[in-house]
Amino acid sequence: MDCQLDIFFLEAILNGVLLAGLLALLALGLNLVFGVIDVVWICYAELVMIGMYAIFYAYTGGVPFPLAALLGILAVAATGALLHWVVIRPVLDQPPINQLLVTGGVLFFLQAVATMAFGIEFRSLGIRLGSTGFADMTFAWSRILAFVVALAGMLALWIFLSRTFLGTAIRAIAQDRQIMPLMGVDASRIYLVTSAVGGGLAGLGAVLMVLQYDIYPQIGLQFGPLIFMICVLGGLGSMAGGFVAAFLISQFIAVGGSCMATEWGYAVAFLFFMVAIFIRPQGLFGVRG
Amino acid sequence: MLSVSGLTKRFGGFTAVKDVSFSVEEGEILGLIGPNGSGKSTTFNCVAGLYGPSSGSIRLEGREIGGERADRVCHRGIGRTFQIPRPFRNLTLLENVALSAYFGQGGKVDRAQCWRLAEQALDLVGLPVDPRAGTDGLGAAALKKLELARALATQPRLLLADESLNGLDQGEMEGAADMLRRIRAERGLTIVWVEHIMGVLMRVVDRVVVLDHGEVIFSGRPAEAQADRRVIEVYLGAEES
Repeated sequence: MDCQLDIFFLEAILNGVLLAGLLALLALGLNLVFGVIDVVWICYAELVMIGMYAIFYAYTGGVPFPLAALLGILAVAATGALLHWVVIRPVLDQPPINQLLVTGGVLFFLQAVATMAFGIEFRSLGIRLGSTGFADMTFAWSRILAFVVALAGMLALWIFLSRTFLGTAIRAIAQDRQIMPLMGVDASRIYLVTSAVGGGLAGLGAVLMVLQYDIYPQIGLQFGPLIFMICVLGGLGSMAGGFVAAFLISQFIAVGGSCMATEWGYAVAFLFFMVAIFIRPQGLFGVRG
Repeated sequence: MLSVSGLTKRFGGFTAVKDVSFSVEEGEILGLIGPNGSGKSTTFNCVAGLYGPSSGSIRLEGREIGGERADRVCHRGIGRTFQIPRPFRNLTLLENVALSAYFGQGGKVDRAQCWRLAEQALDLVGLPVDPRAGTDGLGAAALKKLELARALATQPRLLLADESLNGLDQGEMEGAADMLRRIRAERGLTIVWVEHIMGVLMRVVDRVVVLDHGEVIFSGRPAEAQADRRVIEVYLGAEES
């Protein structure tokens, strides 16, 4: 173990903050869907994977990156809506374990289909944004961009949820499903919009990830459990909780990874998670037991 | 305005409402009363679209609405309150009501108008229109008012008020009854008022329909109801049990 309070330690902390932006964005998408529909999309990271491939094929097919990114977001938003309509809607009234298993089925289905359709090769867009230095520290532009765009995306969602009636209904429906129709709200439409927005956030996550990581069918396994853990740690369905938890967990990964090995970062993060859940089963900001 | 005929609702082998018929004239306040379990709430929920009727017809201004989805029924001009107030606790008072104003009219009204309608509805029931006021600390009477404001904000022509007086003291009951009268006068609303307490209701309604065991046992003027032998039996019987 080699951990000193030097400039590299600070660099690790700042890199953790940059990572947190992306994780917070993905946790927000998962939390939004859970908060409104009460179903955990355990296959959320696989939606990100679909988005990454969509962007990859659009970009390598000659579409300029900004347009390819937009296509990717729209593709995943549509996938989210489709997931709700085809898979979630029929099990809405079933026990949570069935809903979880069904989305788990989608996870492996999407991985298998991606493996068959796209192959197991690691793919990359080949876009290099380079890095910038500051007082002996180095930060990749792709990470800085991811952080800024993720924050902007979260801000946009917040404005949508707080300033529009549709957004207000989305915030409200989680509290009382039954009464909504009597106020003239078509609940199934709210669910569909929420699923599309949740998908869109995964799509935005995909845009930010293709600039940093290689694309392969199992990439979801690297991020999926992490996002899910962040949501549970923050309190499932609590958007503020997910945000805070993303920053906590990222620090464990970045600082732990910098002081020890990267794998240790993950191990410490998950260990912290387990202890935290023993102490506070409902999560940091959770209300449900 | 509203005409219910031959309405039957079964849940499995249990018949909650059996061949119920009544009609509501425009501008009228109709009391729908009966002891607990008499089928009033089921009748109500069929009209509001929460349940599809097993048989029979429900017509609003001549148009069949039986079996239509609750949100569509709301858009057609039927607003309802809940027996137990169910505000959205994470929204402000004004947001609660404005949400109704927006979606209750099918999302076709512009935002500024919705906020205005919400303020009007809050003002009409006597709640603060302060945009920062939340639902915390509201007492039973204030929550009922909020429930009423939410229903009014959907701009209904027919208001279904469910057990509005439950949990209120005598003074609050009188106030609530007077409020329904005033709302009818100001808005030209038609009101169906479901209640199991007869007292205050009888002073305000134009007509009553009395249900027992899912069937209509009386329909007529309040004064006649209070003199009707079957109605008295049902109410005395209910008090004994």
